[in-house]
Amino acid sequence: MAVASNENAMRTSRVTRVLIYVTLLVFSLFYLLPLGIMLINSLKPLSEITGGGMIALPQQWTIEPWLSAWSSAQIGVEPTGLRPYFMNSIAMAVPAVIISTVIGALNGYVLTKWHFRGATIVFGLLLFSCFIPFQIVLIPMARILGILEIAGTTYGLILVHVVYGIGFSTLYFRNYYAAFPTELVRAAQIDGAGFFQIFWRIMLPSSGPIIAVCCIWQFTNIWNDFLFGASFASGGAAPMTVALNNLVNSSTGVREYNVHFAGAIMAAAPTLLVYIVAGRYFVRGLMAGSVKG
Amino acid sequence: MAMTDSGTDFRTRMQNWLPKIVLAPSFAIMVIFVYGFIAFTIYLSFTGSRMLPTFDLVGWQNYERLFRVRQWDTAVVNLAIFASLYIVISTIIGLMLAIFLDQKIRGEGALRPIFLYPMALSFIVTGTAWKWMLDPAIGLEATFRMWGWESFTFDWIKDSDMAIYTIVIAAVWQSSGFVMAMFLAGLRGIDNEILKAAQMDGASNVQMYRRIILPQLRPAFLSAFVILSHLAIKSYDLVVAMTDGGPGTSTWMPAVFMYEYTFTRNQMGIGAASAVIMLMTVAAIMVPYLYAELREKK
Amino acid sequence: MRMMKITGAALVLMSSTAIVHADNVEVLHWWTSGGEAAALNVLKGDLEGQGVGWTDMPVAGGGGSDAMTVLRARVTAGDPPTAVQMLGFSIQDWAAEGALANLNGLAEEQGWADVVPAALQQFSTFEGNWVSAPVNVHSTNWVWANSAIMAELGLEQPGSWDEFVAAMEAAEAAGYTALAHGGQAWQDATIFDSMVMGVGGPDFYQAAMVDLDPEALGSEQMVEAFQRMETLRGFVDDNFSGRDWNLASAMVANGEALFQIMGDWAKGEFIAAGQTAGEEFQCFRVPGTEGTVTFNSDQFAMFNVTDDASMASQMAMASAVMSPEFQVAFNTVKGSVPARTDISDAEFDACGQLGMAQLADAAANGGLFGSMAHGHANNPSVQNAMYDVITAHFNGEFDAATAAEEMVTAVELAM
Repeated sequence: MAVASNENAMRTSRVTRVLIYVTLLVFSLFYLLPLGIMLINSLKPLSEITGGGMIALPQQWTIEPWLSAWSSAQIGVEPTGLRPYFMNSIAMAVPAVIISTVIGALNGYVLTKWHFRGATIVFGLLLFSCFIPFQIVLIPMARILGILEIAGTTYGLILVHVVYGIGFSTLYFRNYYAAFPTELVRAAQIDGAGFFQIFWRIMLPSSGPIIAVCCIWQFTNIWNDFLFGASFASGGAAPMTVALNNLVNSSTGVREYNVHFAGAIMAAAPTLLVYIVAGRYFVRGLMAGSVKG
Repeated sequence: MAMTDSGTDFRTRMQNWLPKIVLAPSFAIMVIFVYGFIAFTIYLSFTGSRMLPTFDLVGWQNYERLFRVRQWDTAVVNLAIFASLYIVISTIIGLMLAIFLDQKIRGEGALRPIFLYPMALSFIVTGTAWKWMLDPAIGLEATFRMWGWESFTFDWIKDSDMAIYTIVIAAVWQSSGFVMAMFLAGLRGIDNEILKAAQMDGASNVQMYRRIILPQLRPAFLSAFVILSHLAIKSYDLVVAMTDGGPGTSTWMPAVFMYEYTFTRNQMGIGAASAVIMLMTVAAIMVPYLYAELREKK
Repeated sequence: MRMMKITGAALVLMSSTAIVHADNVEVLHWWTSGGEAAALNVLKGDLEGQGVGWTDMPVAGGGGSDAMTVLRARVTAGDPPTAVQMLGFSIQDWAAEGALANLNGLAEEQGWADVVPAALQQFSTFEGNWVSAPVNVHSTNWVWANSAIMAELGLEQPGSWDEFVAAMEAAEAAGYTALAHGGQAWQDATIFDSMVMGVGGPDFYQAAMVDLDPEALGSEQMVEAFQRMETLRGFVDDNFSGRDWNLASAMVANGEALFQIMGDWAKGEFIAAGQTAGEEFQCFRVPGTEGTVTFNSDQFAMFNVTDDASMASQMAMASAVMSPEFQVAFNTVKGSVPARTDISDAEFDACGQLGMAQLADAAANGGLFGSMAHGHANNPSVQNAMYDVITAHFNGEFDAATAAEEMVTAVELAM
């Protein structure tokens, strides 16, 4: 590996710096390639794609596939495009992210600042839940949603995402709050502040970075989820990924690859936007605690 | 807000109970939705369930069958290859990019989201693009040949022995940026004074990294390892989107196996047995980590 | 407190929940591509004309396997859809679980038993009761050929396996891809069906693929079927693995490849490319399988619903599915042929008419068999176990003799 140095602390030779820049650029290309291919092909007529030139630039540019994917492509029996499902995903992801983040923040606060016997075990149990393969919960979860009479609805889906999001959100907040000076909490307690007052006035105002990390993480996972969406909310309440799959995955029909790619980019747009806009908070938030252990 | 006017006794008692009350719903949810379901799955793995859960116990039969099925072996071997390469390569690339980005690079703000964005996309979205790029007839191989590099060959995805490595490539593409972010956060947290002092003592750059910086990144290494290994064990979308288990059954992984047997092949009992084995593997990795992590920090 | 408000606001936000009306039919299906979905819209319009609403529940992917996962979740939740698109043995499995409704009244009134071929009734009925309404019959033992290449090489439609191989050799010598094929398990299995039928004929197909007789599965004939697969393997291009079937069809349509062995849905690709059956492209049965038809049939399985209003709308749907108008409208788009044999072929193209005639003929002479590749010869666990062997052999993991042995073991493990 090329010799490198830490910022502020030392210098690097010119040759090294050139090498570093070249490496970084090569990797940027590697990371951008798949997205680039999707973009290029979403702007081509179908005949150019099936004709063979999948990597070449379009000879004839067209935005037709985008219009079709958004508003007129066949998702079910009606040519609705992806538009209504986009709204479903928003209605699902926003509450689920907010609820799981709030719960995670409270849990993290309790686990780090209000020690009680067994707290560590509770945390361990919560954490392990992040790592179960979700396929195993499908059948029993379906039964429970049926009993609660929210099977096939957006509410049911929100519940599922909150339930399986708590583990990670608790992990993030717990690690972040662990680094937060406990003396401040004790001092406030002596001044007579209550449980929620301390959380509201002292913990929350300094939680910006970790809230950003948690929201980004949860939003990405929930927005991209396919398994739960397909199993518990197909039909009218289906989220974007399920609709995209319906668009892309028809088994014995004609495949319009350009429309598929346009739809795929649309489905990815919100998470991409979140990463680009909030990306720097992400590193900052990670820095502020969650990886320092 | 907490109540302020009630009797002191009640208030203090309330304050003592509140933390537990706040945590209780999450705990109850976990017990039912995670551990209850795990118990249910373990039970299922001893029943003759086929299409829907049934409750007739059949002993170890499902496990015996599981280990006689050829694809299960394939799946386990693939996971071993995939997980080790994926974790090692993602860590190396992530660390390298983090170190490079940490050299006061112009345009860091632009590069970071480029490295990070793959984590934001699901493979339902990018799977087709990857399939095309790796396809020799239309992807990279064809393009390089068109540009005049006639002998260029890259047809791993069509080769039973090599296809699993193309899955590694796509998986590394997806997560190495995320690993980079974790290391970058770690690097930024290192105290510069120590580095300056070391430099003063005449340490070279390489020495500084090996002796001082990398050891301080230990928590980041651990977090990366845990996150990557759980992604590896759960990897399902990736395989389905890129190869659908092919060529033949050469890229099956345990998560694919489990889904196939439970939901496509109506052999829920065997599917549950494979899930139990997967869970035990996760536990074998996670429990020591959790134990060390939680004991150390109290 | 404020936190509560945020949560409350969030709950208000998500009010876009599907409410299923009592006399709606909720239909789970995986027909989401343009033509299929448009054809299904005919059914929807028909029902709405009768005052029956349609709640659409499309789940594409994996030839219906994702839809089956969803179905399981819904049934477990105690809330099954009214009607579900289903293939072959899945219908029988669900019927055995007691989840399906009884359509006998309607079936008798409309005389389904007289117009639906017996081989199809095997799947639409369970223990003598009608449980599903068949929409179509796809036959899977077709060869699709590029007419221009055939003319250029002076080829006739081959009438035997040897002629078929000779034609492919000629195409290869002339620089064409002889056989366009996509290396996906179900596509490998689709051509395997025809090889088994071609080598051993109907009785052998019945013994090996339907009755799962270990002797037949491990027999010399099975080895020969696998050897034919190896022959075909020699005629595909290097890049076949993982290719979607429609891209393989496009290779024939574009004049890159001579033949493709695929079910009749391939026709849609040629038509989408602006071609006409019998002109730019032609269709004939896989040599060796003439006189027989291996089929799969999409059906709407009707699930148990409790209240009278839902039952009435369910019956209305079953009746609409079986109506000649819908059968024609749907099948002309889909490339398949109607599930009832009493329908005029006037609306169909050359390949469709040929398919209808051959289906009626095969049904009358005992030549109509469920396709293993498409879940109509044995249950899903056996079917997929066979897939594993076929596709592993096709990709060179073992030779024909070993493959036949593996077939016996795999089937035994799956039973």
